[in-house]
Amino acid sequence: MFASIAKPFVTRTAFAATRVGGKKHFSSSSAARISLALTPEQLELQELSRSFTAKEIIPKAAHHDRTGEYPVEILKKMWDVGLLNTHIPAEYGGLGLGVLDCAIISEELSYGCSGIQTAAEANGLAQAPVILGASDALKKKYLGRMTEEPLMCAYGVTEPIAGSDVAGIATKAEKKGNSWVLNGQKMWITNGGKANWYFVLAKTDASAKPGKAFTGFIVDGNSAGISVGKKEINMGQRCSDTRGISFEDVVVSDENRIGDVGKGFQLAMGAFDITRPLVASAAVGLARRAYDEALKYALERKTMGKPIAEHQAIAFMLADMAIGVEAARGLVYKTSWQIDNGERNTLVASMAKAYASEVANKNAADAVQIFGGNGFNSEYPVEKLMRDAKIFMIYEGTSQIQRLIISRSLIDAAKKGN
Amino acid sequence: MKILVPVKRVVDYAVKIRVANGKVDTASVKHSMNPFDEIAVEQAIRLKEAKKATEILAVSIGSTKAQETLRTALAMGADKALHIDTGDSETLPLQVAKLLKAIVDKEKPDLVILGKQAIDDDANQTGQMLAGLLGWPQATFASKVELAADNKKVNVVREIDGGLETVSCAIPAIITADLRLNEPRYATLPNIMKAKKKPLEKLTPKDLGVDYVGKLTTLLVEEPPKRAGGVKVESVDELISKLKEKGLI
Repeated sequence: MFASIAKPFVTRTAFAATRVGGKKHFSSSSAARISLALTPEQLELQELSRSFTAKEIIPKAAHHDRTGEYPVEILKKMWDVGLLNTHIPAEYGGLGLGVLDCAIISEELSYGCSGIQTAAEANGLAQAPVILGASDALKKKYLGRMTEEPLMCAYGVTEPIAGSDVAGIATKAEKKGNSWVLNGQKMWITNGGKANWYFVLAKTDASAKPGKAFTGFIVDGNSAGISVGKKEINMGQRCSDTRGISFEDVVVSDENRIGDVGKGFQLAMGAFDITRPLVASAAVGLARRAYDEALKYALERKTMGKPIAEHQAIAFMLADMAIGVEAARGLVYKTSWQIDNGERNTLVASMAKAYASEVANKNAADAVQIFGGNGFNSEYPVEKLMRDAKIFMIYEGTSQIQRLIISRSLIDAAKKGN
Repeated sequence: MKILVPVKRVVDYAVKIRVANGKVDTASVKHSMNPFDEIAVEQAIRLKEAKKATEILAVSIGSTKAQETLRTALAMGADKALHIDTGDSETLPLQVAKLLKAIVDKEKPDLVILGKQAIDDDANQTGQMLAGLLGWPQATFASKVELAADNKKVNVVREIDGGLETVSCAIPAIITADLRLNEPRYATLPNIMKAKKKPLEKLTPKDLGVDYVGKLTTLLVEEPPKRAGGVKVESVDELISKLKEKGLI
């Protein structure tokens, strides 16, 4: 079995990021615990994801990018092979993989196409708050069905006026008898038009502070009063289905409430501890693809009598691209390792997300540069990487929000004398 | 019905082969199951899914790393695996066939499905030699395999020069798989995890009573000569005179 997902809410110390297992660095036990080697199982997982990507995703990525067509067939195959919904616990029919296992998968899938990877990972994002806080019955009902047939789900938090500012969310849920009535609008919902169910964050107490104002719900995709907007046409990751969703007097049974009333904000944020490492690893996958494509091209393309890779100007760009991939993956593995070991990983998850998304953008832009005019042309794969990369600095918390989290965490710790 | 499927660990088909010190460089190079053996495993699984076969035994002959290849066969759907440890020494078709005969004598399968050849040495001999040693009928280069209703005969469509040939063999028989027999499945993630719990038996040639001494020595492996650059010609006439000069037309 792969490591199962640790319950992040249990063992949290204020600032454990720079420690290993809460122990001092120099003790022999902590030295024994640090290992950057993947297990034989993880290597097999990587191999499966890599060959799936090579055979099923890479050949079709350009088509889905050009047309924006949702990759239904690929997602079905992914489900058949077991690469979808990988963090659903074993007791609900899933594989119960750890975050590091999932990060290995998302790097490989995103190497092929980050749009297709995003469509797949949106399931993981929607499921994360359910795994974290839902009742056993809810988990059985909504996670169980994902393992029985290839279905999609969606995470509905962002609104037209509130993205990074989650506390500004205006969608309301009012209690009426044994049900809740939802009204409001969500925006940029990935898998919005394909979801069997939505995780929805709604305000249940207008006057309370964010930590007590919101509640999380599972809303069936076919509920009366839901209207799904048009598919948004985006710069990159174009086959991922992104839509506005509006809720008009949508009745949700109290049984579909996730956790306690007023605790939704923590759920929505807690999900990010699981999914930010995976978004970061997807950015690593894109960065690695940009590097690989650039290296291959630089060895083929000749100017002034030799391959351009032998010109220092290009060689050093390639070196920087490789440094970025390794360093970003190092952060991804660390933050994944933390959460898999029950440690608080929020800080390093933000570091990984901020850094990897910027490496992805830099590598994609450098790959285009190395390809020259060909890089600017859609017959070659790198301009797509450049368009796809940008969203990594925006979704699941912008780079600015990540720096806000990081700096606040560091300053708080310093003030407490840690 | 029990099916034996021999699988070989080879340098992955996508790897660019390099020659170093008179042999193919296999150190830190990606290896995987010989693609024709993957087709053989798939065929055995399909026969099992069609309720024709009841048990699939995968066998691999080679160093301990061959166990990785057996795990893949188990993850695809084989029931049991058997590893014959021959260390790092090179295995040649006749030795492999002799070892497989000993396994057939011990395990008593009704069918042996092999890849038609391995992509590393391209020998295309093991299946035929095994048929000879066992005195069993053989159907090589199979592109379609159908078992008779009573499981006493197998009809095989073979790819031959200029067309297809259909043969019928009495069982037990040897079948070697060609490229178009089927498209092998992925070993799914849940099955990779389940494969860990499937039995993998380890034996040596000695355990099987096979005298394992290679009688062939590879003297040298060379890379094909590098392709020399061509010349540009200005006109059709010049092209023709160049070709004549070289005695090509």
